[in-house]
Amino acid sequence: MRNPLRRVLLILLEVAVPAAVVAAWWVWSANADSFYFPPLAEILRTFADTWVFERVGNDVVPSLVRLGAGFAIAVAVSIPLGTVLGLSTVVRRVSEPIIEFVRAIPPPALLPFAILVLGVGDTMKIFIIAVVCLWPVLLNTIDGVRGVDHTMLETARVYRVRGLERLRRVVWPAALPQIFAGMRTSLSLALILMVISEMVASTRGIGYFVLQSQRSFDIPEMWTGILLLGLLGYLLNAGFALVERRVLRWHRGARASALQ
Amino acid sequence: MLEVMGLGKTYGEGERATRAIADVSFKVDEGEFVCVVGPSGCGKTTLLRCMSGLLQPSAGRVLLDGRQIDGPPEQVGFVFQEYSRSLLPWMSVRENIALPLRHKRLTKNERARHVEEAVGSVGLTGFIDHYPWELSGGMQQRVAIARALAYQPEILLMDEPFASVDAQTRADLEDLVLRVRTAYGVTVLFVTHDIDEAVYLGDRVIVLTSAPTQVHEILEVDLPEPRDQVETKELPEFTHMRAHIFRAIKRRQPAETAT
Repeated sequence: MRNPLRRVLLILLEVAVPAAVVAAWWVWSANADSFYFPPLAEILRTFADTWVFERVGNDVVPSLVRLGAGFAIAVAVSIPLGTVLGLSTVVRRVSEPIIEFVRAIPPPALLPFAILVLGVGDTMKIFIIAVVCLWPVLLNTIDGVRGVDHTMLETARVYRVRGLERLRRVVWPAALPQIFAGMRTSLSLALILMVISEMVASTRGIGYFVLQSQRSFDIPEMWTGILLLGLLGYLLNAGFALVERRVLRWHRGARASALQ
Repeated sequence: MLEVMGLGKTYGEGERATRAIADVSFKVDEGEFVCVVGPSGCGKTTLLRCMSGLLQPSAGRVLLDGRQIDGPPEQVGFVFQEYSRSLLPWMSVRENIALPLRHKRLTKNERARHVEEAVGSVGLTGFIDHYPWELSGGMQQRVAIARALAYQPEILLMDEPFASVDAQTRADLEDLVLRVRTAYGVTVLFVTHDIDEAVYLGDRVIVLTSAPTQVHEILEVDLPEPRDQVETKELPEFTHMRAHIFRAIKRRQPAETAT
């Protein structure tokens, strides 16, 4: 990687390979004459007509709000909860079987229950997304809090750093790399559950749009929805990676120096 | 000032119990620099942990200014051997040193002054806003020493602080500790397995036996001040004392169980 020529080449490849795939799709679909695989040119035209910016307010915004709210609730609940579980052996022992069981339930199985209790509105969708996002963050927080270096904790003890100060300045920062790993997993799950919940019971949202287009045989429209979801997932991940890089700058630096 | 009375420490219970420290008693007077040496695995670190309140002794007491220690006291600063794990990598040098001062009753200006003075006294003024992982091992240990000094302790406990730095850095750090000890007027209890280091630094050297640990001998070091890496180590008294301790430790340690 030190060789600059090699780096330039790698970056070129990174751009060139996806471009080649898109081009291949373009050429193949232009002549495919298949009802299920409309020409890419047509999909893109429909994409522009549909999403720039006509349906944004109707479908994209509600979807993103649900995803954001569910994800935020999950993080807000699981970090404090995970901290308590990570710090107390007793609480952890008592709650471990329950956690392991509830975690093992496939989340879509909760949909009928959620619809029954919470109805078909946003609350139900946010609930489902939050429940699913909870586990990766919770388990990673527990692990991260438990795994804080012994010498660091002794340092905190010797210098009488206690209580909230100890949590804020020592325990949480030390657990943060793992908490972030959990959040990244949760973000992907949030997108999946957003789509599923919108397909089951909804009148708005990108998931609803994809299913509705398929049902009315608007195949190019259906494809634009799928493309949009892929694009959203990609951008969400990229945005998250950006935040992570900034917040955990010290972590990358410390790891790099430890490897030297 | 600091008094260890009949201290004992046993790990585990019943048949599997191991006696790390049998019976150790000694005193450290105000302003003294006391070094503790002993064969490897002799419970030096355990002893220091009991003295800092990090560990509860199984027998005996540790008194600081006449009061029994039952948790880390405010008058004690501690320098760990594992500097890279004792400094917090998400904090700059400045923040690391300021962290223990947050709960002391100081104004913002006083706190900043304490931090800057301590950083200056260990010669890292230009690195105050660096992160620990941007510094070399020797510099990181300087930060840990500065953190202990800024805390304004009456007594500084040091647990083999220079065991994992190279020889040249080690000599520099030894002289640094002697300098700041005078500047801050702090009492130092310094644990090491290096006999030369103990004799070079200490006003007194406490020689321990192997586990279960007892005090083998307490020696007054009568070498001229200030100490100098070349001149002091050239003196016949230095060589003589070093040989004396070396024999004491070797004789007590059966060759086949050298750990």
